[in-house]
Amino acid sequence: MASYKYHILVCGGTGCHSSQSNVIAERLNEIIADKHLENDVKVVASGCFGFCEKGPIVKIMPDNTFYVGVKPEDADIIIAEHIIKGRKVEKLLYVDPDTKKHISDSKHMGFYQKQMRIALRNCGFIDPENIEESIARGAYEGLGKVLSDMTPAECINVVKQSGLRGRGGAGFPTGLKWELCAKNSADQKYVVCNADEGDPGAFMDRSIMEGDPHSIVEAMAICGYSIGATKGLVYIRAEYPLAIKRLQIAISQAREYGLLGKDILGSGFDFDIELRYGAGAFVCGEETALIHSMEGKRGEPTFKPPFPAVSGYLAKPTNVNNVETFANVPIIITKGAEWFASIGSEKSKGTKVFALAGQINNVGLIEVPMGTTLRDIIFEIGGGIKNGREFKAVQTGGPSGGCLTKKHLDTPIDYDSLVAAGSMMGSGGMVVMDETSCMVAIAKFYLEFTCEESCGKCSPCRIGNKRMYEILDKITKGKGKMEDLEELRNLASVIKDTALCGLGQTSPNPVLSTLDNFWDEYVEHVVDHKCRAGVCKSLMRYEIDPIKCIGCGACSRVCPQDAISGEKKMAHSIDTAKCIKCGACYEKCKFGAISIK
Amino acid sequence: MAVIKLSESKVQFIKGVCKSFNNEGGEVINVLHKVQGEFGYLSAEVQELVAKELNIPVAKVYGIVSFYSFFTMTPKGLHPISVCLGTACYVRGAEKVLDELKRQLGIQVGGTTPDGKFSLNCLRCVAACGLAPVLMVGDKVYGSMTPDKVKEVLAEYND
Ligand SMILES: Cc1cc2nc3c(=O)[nH]c(=O)nc-3n(C[C@H](O)[C@H](O)[C@H](O)COP(=O)(O)O)c2cc1C
Repeated sequence: MASYKYHILVCGGTGCHSSQSNVIAERLNEIIADKHLENDVKVVASGCFGFCEKGPIVKIMPDNTFYVGVKPEDADIIIAEHIIKGRKVEKLLYVDPDTKKHISDSKHMGFYQKQMRIALRNCGFIDPENIEESIARGAYEGLGKVLSDMTPAECINVVKQSGLRGRGGAGFPTGLKWELCAKNSADQKYVVCNADEGDPGAFMDRSIMEGDPHSIVEAMAICGYSIGATKGLVYIRAEYPLAIKRLQIAISQAREYGLLGKDILGSGFDFDIELRYGAGAFVCGEETALIHSMEGKRGEPTFKPPFPAVSGYLAKPTNVNNVETFANVPIIITKGAEWFASIGSEKSKGTKVFALAGQINNVGLIEVPMGTTLRDIIFEIGGGIKNGREFKAVQTGGPSGGCLTKKHLDTPIDYDSLVAAGSMMGSGGMVVMDETSCMVAIAKFYLEFTCEESCGKCSPCRIGNKRMYEILDKITKGKGKMEDLEELRNLASVIKDTALCGLGQTSPNPVLSTLDNFWDEYVEHVVDHKCRAGVCKSLMRYEIDPIKCIGCGACSRVCPQDAISGEKKMAHSIDTAKCIKCGACYEKCKFGAISIK
Repeated sequence: MAVIKLSESKVQFIKGVCKSFNNEGGEVINVLHKVQGEFGYLSAEVQELVAKELNIPVAKVYGIVSFYSFFTMTPKGLHPISVCLGTACYVRGAEKVLDELKRQLGIQVGGTTPDGKFSLNCLRCVAACGLAPVLMVGDKVYGSMTPDKVKEVLAEYND
């Protein structure tokens, strides 16, 4: 990066891209060309910086200035002030919500202070389409070390000693998995990277592939060397066009540099990687289903054993790891197992990346040491609940996980504590909810997802989940009975015990955890026909308070049904027969005159 | 097998794609990705031809098309609308936005308006959770959606 005076890193992650970060980059380049600054300034579309809430983000190096909420028209002032005159553009700096001070370096922002970046170490620091920038930051050092100084067994041992566990959900020890696969001899073995990322509301793996694709390429080659495989396959969602493009570029650059292909770095080791595309089926994230899908079949899971380490892709020994798991490997090799094992909690080492979303102030991609508490994540990093509302629940583990409450806020995040609390780590989705979320409706939301995504092969999952969904639907419509709650528990335990794969075995978790933690809310729906969050439409009624209403008419103008009437400047009223309970009036009223009954 | 009524150029395109994958049955998913990328959807005739070229039963091709949600057998509207129903968007009110779209377009999820202009679908997470709830029209993402913004968004495409 040395030859330029300034690098302007414009976030090219999906969130910022959706807010026109590409236009910002184009505009910057136009001005740079106009002012003949091409030799001094370089604009780079970087990977995700993580602070999506404040996007689009533009960072200026070497002085580390972090601009937030940048618009295309701000390009002029950034060049004119910062680049030419060397003055920071105050209006684009982050304002600390407590002290109201402007902060220019991300290190001093609450959002970043409790974070620790290992898997995301290069995201937002490099141009992901340029291998030289990756190499300058240490990419392929691990592969070089492994090929020149280490035997496969030594390499596996380092991964084992580091305590790294799978980041795809189940948390299986990675070194042990490699060892199992290395032990099976075969004429061909495979390394598979699971980049299916099906959890709705999660984008960790995508951001790593978009922001630092070389870490995956390098780690897969290290894994191949360790287990004795010469072929790698990345199973990636077709819905991730940018990640696909960046991986393709990374793979072809690595080939050019002799870091993939035949006789890598003159070591005699051959390894190459191909991409395989998923086609939108959540169950294909499950490793046996994924393997069938790569073989060109329907993505239906099969019973384990045999595990993929024995019989996987094309019935050959196959090692499947998640994207984030792989992203940790190169740095474990270069910095050593002790370094990695010194981070995190007793049984969960290192860090975990989460996609923090929902009713929280700082939505974004975060990485924290294992053992950090939910409270620190939600209130320190996440900046608390949006609009000053009350925290109600946090969901981790997606459709396989559960909803935790206030009483769990001091739970340290690691594989075992989350399971003990009734949820699970999952792949890293973390959705925060406030009092406007109905927990029965959330349980129904996940079950609807499971019903849609169930492959239909085993009946507990295909039929059982459908029955659970129907019961939840009845409850949200005010037609539930107390016996139904019992029936939900019965069905849940049968499905957990008898479903074929992880999808079915974990699908009752959102229901069970809400039954455990929000029992009162279920009872209210059943007995009082009430939804306190005002989400279940059949159970609510909008009313206008005639004292608070000033008759401005804003509500009647947004009402799609013409259900609101009243004279100008007089109290209005809602015709409940016409009302479709869309809530538009409720959101529009500035005087708090409309309430949900 | 039904008589294939595809235009000659389409037939040639499909044959070419199958050939580029060595007419191997195991490559059927990759073939279907390419073909749908070109035609927008996979009609019964297209599936029959793919099956024939790869020398596998049509039932297998159909089994795959119906299994994976990325594959579709119906043409999309000129402006396909997808509402994100990922959890993050859901808790920020995506369902209300979806309801409003259904109401204004007069179609259900999976439907296309009679004039072929809009089609409506759901998807799970576009990784723009900071902008939740979001919807997409074609490749363009609209963030921080509310029911009353729906009209404005649709108006952009009604000329
Ligand atoms: C229904 C279901 C969906 C899954 N989805 C994913 C996924 O999207 N990404 C992933 O890496 N692992 C997923 N897994 C876990 C994989 O089966 C497998 O355990 C993982 O890829 C192993 O890698 P790891 O040890 O590095 O975590 C899923 C499992 C189940 C049961």
